[in-house]
Amino acid sequence: MSISTVQDGVPAVPAPGPETVKADKRLHSRVGLLTVSPSVLALLVWMIVPLAMTIYFSLIRYNLLYPGENEFVGLENYYFFLTDEGFVHGALNTLWLVGATLLISVVAGVLIAVLVDTPFWGRGIVRVLLISPFFIMPTVSALVWKNLLLHPVSGVFAAVWNFFGATPVDWFAEYPLQAIILIVSWQWVPFAVLLLMTAMQSLDQEQKEAARLDGAGPIAIFWHITLPHLTRPIAVVVMIETIFLLSIFAEIFTTTGGGPGYETTNLAYLIYSQALLQFDVGMASAGGLVAVVIANIAAFILIRMIGKNLTEKA
Amino acid sequence: MADLTIRNLKKSFEDIDIIKGIDLDIKDHEFVVFVGPSGCGKSTLLRLIAGLEEVTSGSIHLDDRDITDVAPAKRDLAMVFQTYALYPHMTVRKNMSFALELAGVDKAEIDRKVDEAAQILELGHLLDRKPKALSGGQRQRVAIGRSIVRHPKIFLFDEPLSNLDAALRVQMRLELARLHHELKATMIYVTHDQVEAMTLADKVVVLNGGHIEQVGSPLELYHHPVNAFVAGFIGTPKMAFLKGKVKKADRAGVTVQLDCGPEYQLPLDGSRLKAGEPVTFGMRPEHIEVTAADASPFKVTLDVTEHLGADTFCYVKAQNGETLTVRAGGDYGGRFGEQVGLIPDLAHCHLFDEKGRAVPKPGAPAQAA
Repeated sequence: MSISTVQDGVPAVPAPGPETVKADKRLHSRVGLLTVSPSVLALLVWMIVPLAMTIYFSLIRYNLLYPGENEFVGLENYYFFLTDEGFVHGALNTLWLVGATLLISVVAGVLIAVLVDTPFWGRGIVRVLLISPFFIMPTVSALVWKNLLLHPVSGVFAAVWNFFGATPVDWFAEYPLQAIILIVSWQWVPFAVLLLMTAMQSLDQEQKEAARLDGAGPIAIFWHITLPHLTRPIAVVVMIETIFLLSIFAEIFTTTGGGPGYETTNLAYLIYSQALLQFDVGMASAGGLVAVVIANIAAFILIRMIGKNLTEKA
Repeated sequence: MADLTIRNLKKSFEDIDIIKGIDLDIKDHEFVVFVGPSGCGKSTLLRLIAGLEEVTSGSIHLDDRDITDVAPAKRDLAMVFQTYALYPHMTVRKNMSFALELAGVDKAEIDRKVDEAAQILELGHLLDRKPKALSGGQRQRVAIGRSIVRHPKIFLFDEPLSNLDAALRVQMRLELARLHHELKATMIYVTHDQVEAMTLADKVVVLNGGHIEQVGSPLELYHHPVNAFVAGFIGTPKMAFLKGKVKKADRAGVTVQLDCGPEYQLPLDGSRLKAGEPVTFGMRPEHIEVTAADASPFKVTLDVTEHLGADTFCYVKAQNGETLTVRAGGDYGGRFGEQVGLIPDLAHCHLFDEKGRAVPKPGAPAQAA
């Protein structure tokens, strides 16, 4: 846009030639750059500064118990973090937690979504109830599970076990990781249900009818019509849940505190314990960067695997 | 063989009667078209035949087999849907072979049948594409191919051409007619487009409000509608209806005094009519001639004229305000507001009694409405 002043009915600016058009464009892009730069700068600062600080901390000795001894130690922090007994446990537990929860939430999500797609009395209320766990704070749901459901003395499960004359199970002592997976799944199945339920509504009914005429029974329709229709929403569920499940923390913190031993320590919790229980900021920073690298590898693999599915036009 | 017999078929959805008792016979190799205004139950009737809706009461027999409660896939019928309902994640080949694979037909047989159908429909070069890579007409053909491979006894079509543009619709209509001839199949076809009904059908079933108004060949419906509804529904532009009273009626003819002025003597069997009875006089636009105002007792005022090239449709207003449409020659030059006279071709005019039933031509067998 060029700004021109018109005096006495005579245009002050001559008809735009190629020169002025070019200048116009340059001005245009400069104005654009100028207007977006504050937000870009803010974002950069937001990201770069913490990253730079973390990298810096990861390369020095930085233990809160020994103030002043902040000399450069190179990759020593990384070496200690990666060879720490907790690292292998943390990595494997993270893998288990993410993998198992994904599997449970996708399978249960698909089944529930298909189930509540058929009309029945009170479907609206059932749908709301199905989704509601997702809106409960992780700490609250973890506490509810810990104290009201899984507690070996006062929990509902213990009451059921007692009713049948069995010895109540102390879940967090005997099956700690499985118990955490249970809690996290309870929170994330609703998310999958929500996404898949809405996807089910866009399934063309005539397709199902055509399949019925083609001789497909309910199982064949599920396998050949419904499931292919749900592949894209399932991919979305897997991607989003992976991102959030990699950093599960509150559930572990409020229930097991990473124990017994390292049995429920995932990477996020390991980093927390390094920084704030052992006061070793340097090693925690190194761990944080390792976690960033792992998350990026996971994201890369996911996008290669599923991203294609998403960008492909329907 | 594929004779479909429907007896006293009824269907209601939560106390609302959609199909109110239908009796219909469809013979082998027939191309039957269900036609009617929207909401008349024609699609529901088709879905009842297909088995996609449960019958409330009545029966459907295919040949001598009662299929009223048989599962859709076991009825030996195939259906083409309005939206085609192709499986989006399957290739054209897979779309067409899906039913056969479910039925456990062996691989070589499936390939042979799919290739045969693809050849009939000229889909050979598209077999490895997915539906989204096809045009509307091609998708339509795949949908038809999907029914052909099953060699059903009856093909059902639910408004299959309504999603296509006008040119493609004409082309697909011709292909359907050719297909019917080639496959020697029995077809039932639902449409609201009466051109499709008239051009494709051996037998047209006119439905209205959940019951059958008339069954007959296209020309039978055009020339001998049994009531005012069928007369008004078949033919474009619509037949004009003018109010009038019977002046004199006997077996040999009926004299009608129209409310808008003229008096006509019609060669109809008026033995059922009494003098003074109110009637409706019906004439098609193509059976009226336009002349100078003083050459006819039927004087009207020209309203809008539409020039279509070969024909001109004149919308005219009679002296008492009744409107009607007249077809004139392509180069007709009448002006807006001009006074003209009309001469109906009385041999092709229709008369309907108070209840809308047609007054029969002399010698014609009396038809129940």
